[in-house]
Amino acid sequence: MITPNLSLILLAPLAGLGLVLMTPSDKTSLIRKIANLTLLVPFLLSAWVFVSYDAALGGYQFIQKIPWVVPFGISYHLGVDGINSLMLLLLGLASFAAVMVSASIKERVKEYYILLLITVIGTYGAFLSLDIFFFYFFHEIAAIPVFLMIAIWGSERREYAAMKLTLYLVAGAAVALIGLIALYLHTGVGSFDLVVIQQRLALHPIPFAVQNWIFPLIVVGFGVTLTLWPFHTWAPVGYTEAPTAISMLHAGVLKKMGAYAIIRFAIQLMPEAAHAWMPIIATLAIVNILFCGLVALTQRDIKYVLAYSSCSHMGYILLGLACFNGIGINGVVFLMFAHGIMAALAFAVTGFVTDQTKTRNLDELGGLAKIMPFVATCFIMAAFASAGVPGFGNFVAEILVLLASWDQYRGLSVLAVLGIVITAIYMLKAIRLGFHGPLNPKLASKITDAHSFETKLPFVLLLTVLIVIGCWPAGILNHIGSSTKPIAERIR
Amino acid sequence: MVDPLLVWIAYFAPLVACLLITFLFLHSKSLSSLTAILGIVTSFVCTLLIASQIFSSHQTYSFQQSITWIHIDALTINFGFLVNPLAIIMMLVVTGGGSAIFLYSKGYMAEDPSMPRFFAFLSLFAFSMIGIVLSNNLIQLFIFWELVGLSSHLLIGFWYEKPSASAAAVKAFMVNRLADFGFLCGILLLWSLSGVSGAARSFQITDLATAVSHMDPHLLTIAALLLFCGVVGKSAQVPLHVWLADAMEGPTPVSALIHAATMVAAGVYLLARTFFIFEPLTEALSVIAYVGGITALMAATLAVVENDIKRILAYSTLSQLGLMVMALGLGGPMPGMYHLTTHAFFKALLFLGAGSVIYGLHHEQNIWKMKGVWKSMPITGWTFLFGTLALCGIFPFSGFWSKDEILALAFEHNTVLYWIATIASALTSFYMGRLFFTAFWGKPETGHGHHAVHESPTVMTLPLVFLAVLSVVGGFIGIPHFLYPHSEPVHLNMTVALISSAAGVLGLVISYLIYGSRPASDPLTAKLGGLYPVLKNKYYFDAIYGWYVDTLQQNFANLLAWFEKVFIIRIGVHGLTDTAQEGGRVFRFLQNGLVQFYAIIFVLGTVFLFLLLVKNL
Repeated sequence: MITPNLSLILLAPLAGLGLVLMTPSDKTSLIRKIANLTLLVPFLLSAWVFVSYDAALGGYQFIQKIPWVVPFGISYHLGVDGINSLMLLLLGLASFAAVMVSASIKERVKEYYILLLITVIGTYGAFLSLDIFFFYFFHEIAAIPVFLMIAIWGSERREYAAMKLTLYLVAGAAVALIGLIALYLHTGVGSFDLVVIQQRLALHPIPFAVQNWIFPLIVVGFGVTLTLWPFHTWAPVGYTEAPTAISMLHAGVLKKMGAYAIIRFAIQLMPEAAHAWMPIIATLAIVNILFCGLVALTQRDIKYVLAYSSCSHMGYILLGLACFNGIGINGVVFLMFAHGIMAALAFAVTGFVTDQTKTRNLDELGGLAKIMPFVATCFIMAAFASAGVPGFGNFVAEILVLLASWDQYRGLSVLAVLGIVITAIYMLKAIRLGFHGPLNPKLASKITDAHSFETKLPFVLLLTVLIVIGCWPAGILNHIGSSTKPIAERIR
Repeated sequence: MVDPLLVWIAYFAPLVACLLITFLFLHSKSLSSLTAILGIVTSFVCTLLIASQIFSSHQTYSFQQSITWIHIDALTINFGFLVNPLAIIMMLVVTGGGSAIFLYSKGYMAEDPSMPRFFAFLSLFAFSMIGIVLSNNLIQLFIFWELVGLSSHLLIGFWYEKPSASAAAVKAFMVNRLADFGFLCGILLLWSLSGVSGAARSFQITDLATAVSHMDPHLLTIAALLLFCGVVGKSAQVPLHVWLADAMEGPTPVSALIHAATMVAAGVYLLARTFFIFEPLTEALSVIAYVGGITALMAATLAVVENDIKRILAYSTLSQLGLMVMALGLGGPMPGMYHLTTHAFFKALLFLGAGSVIYGLHHEQNIWKMKGVWKSMPITGWTFLFGTLALCGIFPFSGFWSKDEILALAFEHNTVLYWIATIASALTSFYMGRLFFTAFWGKPETGHGHHAVHESPTVMTLPLVFLAVLSVVGGFIGIPHFLYPHSEPVHLNMTVALISSAAGVLGLVISYLIYGSRPASDPLTAKLGGLYPVLKNKYYFDAIYGWYVDTLQQNFANLLAWFEKVFIIRIGVHGLTDTAQEGGRVFRFLQNGLVQFYAIIFVLGTVFLFLLLVKNL
């Protein structure tokens, strides 16, 4: 049997990027076609990787390793386990959907697709790398185009949003970098290779006193990406002002890199410090859930509602990370995937709506279900998924997190359940104001539903995945479980 | 022996129908309605076969089968079914009543362009409801519990263009969500308690039944009351009853199926199915009994001043659900379930009858704008009369037998609740008489456009007749025996039977004296005096909740948003960036671009270094 070659996931879109660069910028429809195809290929490859990954065997598979800067122990080292193979699938789905909905971009088309492709390639690289140096490198590659894309294709407050988002994330990454370098120095093997570090630390853990100050640097640094309260305020304005594809990718996938890094580099490598610090993070997680949820109630801008909702739901990821058992980590990874799909769907649908209505204000919308039934159905389903209605993946993830935290943090868990009620309040409010009721007379007259195959495809694709994992969680839980088991054993 | 395949077919037939309609028949009225009806009838037929298999086995029967849905470490969540007589009775109510109502909907919704969507939602509801009935573990039950809430929301908001329908749909979902907050906490607590005896933790109902005796009674009481929160939401008990009357915004078949016969009865069913949890907990039981009793009485008083035919029936449903919950609280799952079953017959009948009237009068729901409907709609009139008599507990209609068992139970255990229930019964007769005499009695109006009023089509009257037959004979078909084959036959308590019959007749007679002459407006409005505004405002529950949501909660959220804006963003973030900028400004004078300035600095620096050198010499 042919096994997937992970480098292809990076090389294929790079080749596509080259083609886009060579295409004259006035041939926009050709550029669009190349870009769509460029992100379809790694999506299919990721799906192949996911399907081929042998969950029964576990561990890292399809490994490719080339030593690079030998004196510092830096190597080009790709490999997947159940966690990042799932993240690749998430990225594949979300990035393909994001490039498909980018058909609405009309200005500087070539530059747009170049930047979008670079971001996606960077994210692929970060999830594929088993070398901490390369993870960080790709993570930064993904971040830079986001700044430009918000600043150029964003809405009214785009410059403020781009600055704020980027400064925040760069500052967070810098803090995390200090932690990562300290980690590198204290492992004492002179290697950035995650596998080498894991093997070393299993036998010679870093002394607790050292772990105890490295751990919070990594968790808070990457926590900024994960909108850890009170470092979340870049996200609402950033997601709102960003073009649709970036909102989808960032809320759906890029912020999950924070959680991914926390699992891989903090909790897995420094379990003793995790026990000391994560209970504090658990409390902040509840603040995330309730505070951001309640603030979402006050928003009139539909994208702000979704953005605060996204911040709020990261609380469940943080809470699950603070539970030192297998159920919690499984729930977290499940939620990273499910929330990623849901967020991409919600922002995609909202982008479709607001492109036509030219307003994001819920008071100026209303009655859209009548004229765009298909899109309205997609939005309503995304909203119910977000509100934790069974049948969608988010429900499974949230129930797993709650089961995991119930013994350890009883009071906080009750508050986390309350968060699900709050989500329902603002999501139903958005549905009622935006889609129910008579058609708002102020709305433009030429609003149409999604009719063509190309416009419907991204919505249908995301929605289908969300429902499949909601009804048949074992489909991805086996993968997740095979790789979270060793982590759970380390931290128990 | 029960064939598991039959159960699975009964379980999934409506879902298959829902999917077929969604993907294939969304533009065909006839195919969508046919598919939906076939789906529910398939379920019904399978249920009948299962019932006959159980009935022939002559023993207390319980059968389950599951597949693993989620398995992580020690956590196992199954997907399966648990079939016993209780579940089968409920299945018969859901699929049998459902079949009649689906058929009726084909006529009632015939002119609605969104009819396929209606049948897709209705099939989704039927699937979810069957899920509640059959689930063999609490997580699966919770899943379907939520899906029932979802499909109820979708159906109440079916005419979402109407702001009132949209608001009612949101209200129903939110109130149920709030209740499920407690419900889910209860499930989690129960799960963590189920491992105390050293056994593996479990959500399975059968496992919990054996584990209950090992649990700490105080924690178990908390868990039981949390589970009861879910019941208070779904079965619309005080203080979460506020959504049900508004839910009448949905199409009338929805009101009949979901908000009278099945969904709202799910809470009562849950109490009966997990009664082993509540049975030993006297405090929890008395809370349940009083909540039920208060609901029964309060809702009955509200129905007295209501003028909308559907809302009268909705309050009546609340009141009857209160009686059922009270029965469970008094330790009687059998009388509670018995009344649930007969109530499903006659209340579905009354709603469908009301729907037939509404249909005939071109969407008129105010009883004061109806008059002498009997003359033009005889089948509807007769069947409505039978439903009314059954609801009022008049001998020998089905409601008499089941209500009598609840009253007898209360009579033995709690005098206060007995009188509350009896007064509620008298009020029930009164408001039903008021409804009946006002809408059906007297001479029909002429020349008012009313000449067009005629009986509804056969697809609508057929279900009416079917349900009317059940409402009449429901007391004689051995429901209690099927539910609890080994319990002793209940003897009619003559005192209770006489008092309740007297109360029922008294209510009807008084209502005849007031409304028999068919006054043009309600004479009660003046007679009630100061009480009238209190009742009309539904004891101000809606006003208080509205104040909480719009004022308290919203302002608290505004406060947090303000906190974020001022402290986190303005002082925290901008404070930091401003500091950096100010820092830059302080040092900016060093680079002012004046060559002379640089020269002076250069000279001063050189002098400084020179001095250092001199000093060290």
